[in-house]
Amino acid sequence: MSKYTEDDLREELKTKEYEYGFFTDIESETFPIGLNEDIVRAISKKKEEPEWMTEWRLDAFKVWKEMTEPEWANVHYKKPDFQAIAYYSAPVAVDPNKTLDDVDPDLLAMYKKLGISVDEQKKMNNVAMDIVVDSVSVATTFKKTLSEKGIIFMSISEAIKEHPELVRKYIGTIVPTKDNFYAALNSAVFSDGSFCYIPKGVKCPMELSTYFRINQGGTGQFERTLLIADEGSYVSYLEGCTAPSRDENQLHAAVVELIAMDDAEIKYSTVQNWYPGNAEGKGGVYNFVTKRGLCEKNAKISWTQVETGSAVTWKYPSCILKGDNSVGEFYSIAVTNNYQQADTGTKMIHLGKNTKSTIISKGISAGKSQNSYRGLVQIGSRADNARNFSQCDSLLMGNECGAHTFPYIEAKNKSAMIEHEATTSKIGEDQIFYCNQRGIDTEKAIALIVNGFSKDVLNKLPMEFAVEAQKLLEISLEGSVG
Amino acid sequence: MLKINNLHASIEDKAILKGINLEVKAGEVHAIMGPNGSGKSTLASVIAGKEEYEVTEGNILLEGEDIDELAAEERAHKGVFLSFQYPVEIPGVSVTNFMKTAINETRKAKGLEDMPAKDMLKMIREKSELLEIDRKFLSRSLNEGFSGGEKKRNEIFQMAMLEPKLAILDETDSGLDIDALRIVANGVNKLKSKDNAVIVITHYQRLLDHIVPDFVHVLYNGKIVKSGGKELAHELEAKGYDWIKEEVDA
Ligand SMILES: Nc1ncnc2c1ncn2[C@@H]1O[C@H](COP(=O)(O)OP(=O)(O)O)[C@@H](O)[C@H]1O
Ligand SMILES: [Mg+2]
Repeated sequence: MSKYTEDDLREELKTKEYEYGFFTDIESETFPIGLNEDIVRAISKKKEEPEWMTEWRLDAFKVWKEMTEPEWANVHYKKPDFQAIAYYSAPVAVDPNKTLDDVDPDLLAMYKKLGISVDEQKKMNNVAMDIVVDSVSVATTFKKTLSEKGIIFMSISEAIKEHPELVRKYIGTIVPTKDNFYAALNSAVFSDGSFCYIPKGVKCPMELSTYFRINQGGTGQFERTLLIADEGSYVSYLEGCTAPSRDENQLHAAVVELIAMDDAEIKYSTVQNWYPGNAEGKGGVYNFVTKRGLCEKNAKISWTQVETGSAVTWKYPSCILKGDNSVGEFYSIAVTNNYQQADTGTKMIHLGKNTKSTIISKGISAGKSQNSYRGLVQIGSRADNARNFSQCDSLLMGNECGAHTFPYIEAKNKSAMIEHEATTSKIGEDQIFYCNQRGIDTEKAIALIVNGFSKDVLNKLPMEFAVEAQKLLEISLEGSVG
Repeated sequence: MLKINNLHASIEDKAILKGINLEVKAGEVHAIMGPNGSGKSTLASVIAGKEEYEVTEGNILLEGEDIDELAAEERAHKGVFLSFQYPVEIPGVSVTNFMKTAINETRKAKGLEDMPAKDMLKMIREKSELLEIDRKFLSRSLNEGFSGGEKKRNEIFQMAMLEPKLAILDETDSGLDIDALRIVANGVNKLKSKDNAVIVITHYQRLLDHIVPDFVHVLYNGKIVKSGGKELAHELEAKGYDWIKEEVDA
């Protein structure tokens, strides 16, 4: 038997196709490309939205037209031509009342390929799923169990019709339309997404889960998620994403808004493996996402993310710690390989007294990729005794990739306690040989070392998600030793 | 078990091993001694299949099979084990998880199913008792923050778990206090049988008082320059290496 060298590994990685890179041929209805007021109106009309929603979108569109794409992030890419994208694509004939059994078999087959058997998810994991394919939410499960507790979990389009008072009251309050270029774009054209409301004092009995997927070529996906945890309530929310491989870059610009009222707690977990592009850096998803949560008194928001996909990632899940004693957490694993670029991190805005935040960021870079952590810890003048702990660790594989950390601190209150730790390490030949000597091949050795490096964050994920995340880490780093 | 013929090996074009001949039969214990830098660890690494070293001449036979083309993990699957002079740290990976992975990867290579968790636990319990290891220790990250002695004891624990045919112990005694040395040596002796073999690399007689060698070899400047019985180790302990260097260089 011949030796399996690093070169063999590298070769295999190049030829290894994106695991989820298949295209499902479901009939879908796509709007003409380009963006103008008429398209915005058409989206709103298609979705049978009330007048106020249409106006809200049009306002956002006006704001967006005046804005320019941000350039401060440590990413370099060919700017998307926003007039060359179709802003709406939906599988045809979606009836919001249909159950999972009525779902297009092709679609179900696609979920299977993705490794998510909805049935199994339902039975074994106690997960309620809201699946967004391209833009329309196709099937929502577990609705009944949830509604008995007064929990609302549905697509945002449905919520706009069924709970307009809630949507209207909260949408855009955490991420205002003019917050940034992509948020404005999303506000104008968002196609679907999830809405969730947990009533006062209710502990949501199951993990709520949404699966996003971009299917149609040349379309953008613009989901909008709004999650409200009323006083003293608790919810754990899971979000997973995949996209088929395509040569052109697909745009994904989502907005997620979380509201944790007094004494409420929200755990928001994401596993993102949008198509990262091929080994030469062709294709892949541009992932420009704005995620932000507001904490009222004694409230807590935890963001946990495992980011292995996308050609370009621009994403900073943040917490506004407005209420006294509120807590914000950010746990992140970001993996980049080949030509991927990630600029991700968080903002912790401390406004209330005795507010606490924790940031743990694990960046893993391989190939020719660039991986940046960008974080802001801001302590307001009235935020007495605010505390932050940040830890940013980078793991490098090979000599051609880069890891960068940009921690920003703005403290306007002298009682603030801010700690920042950062490390950079490399997977060493000696570590690999040690594993090899114990009978563990190089690929498995890397997976083991990377999992060990990421353990602090993986441990924060709900069990069934952690297993999937571990597998994803292995897939995205296969053969990346250098 | 192991037969090394005229082995020459180099790293970055620097010749380090310059014609080693060695035969180790099943059931035997061989000690390799020699001054620092003479090539002892290099020999161990080359037998274990570290790729950075290039074999320029000669060969290594394991149970009659030339293993030159085998990757390090394949040699491990065939029963080669190296207790490292400097064990590396793997943060976040517990000793238990590491051992589970190692054992199951080896089983997979042999076409076997994963070891059932129950058997794994039983084995961990037995072997940790053998080496008097506190089981809490096994939840810690591999070698991270371990004392020198803990690292070495952990190496022998791994050896006990993997039950190798050929174990090479590279300066396992350094860093061990007298009690730990006794425990570790006792562990190695319990694992010894007529079907396996041990190569002990050491500077000191004290380990060889516990693990008694059948043969002692002196490695100097990339060659085995003297071989003998266990008395040779006593002689080296008393006289040092200078007389050997003089003999060779004369
Ligand atoms: N990776 C390496 N690169 C260059 N020289 C090395 C390397 N490893 C070992 N050597 C050299 O090979 C010689 C033998 O080293 P080693 O096998 O560690 O000796 P010992 O274990 O007998 O003390 C020394 O001169 C050492 O400097
Ligand atoms: Mg040595």
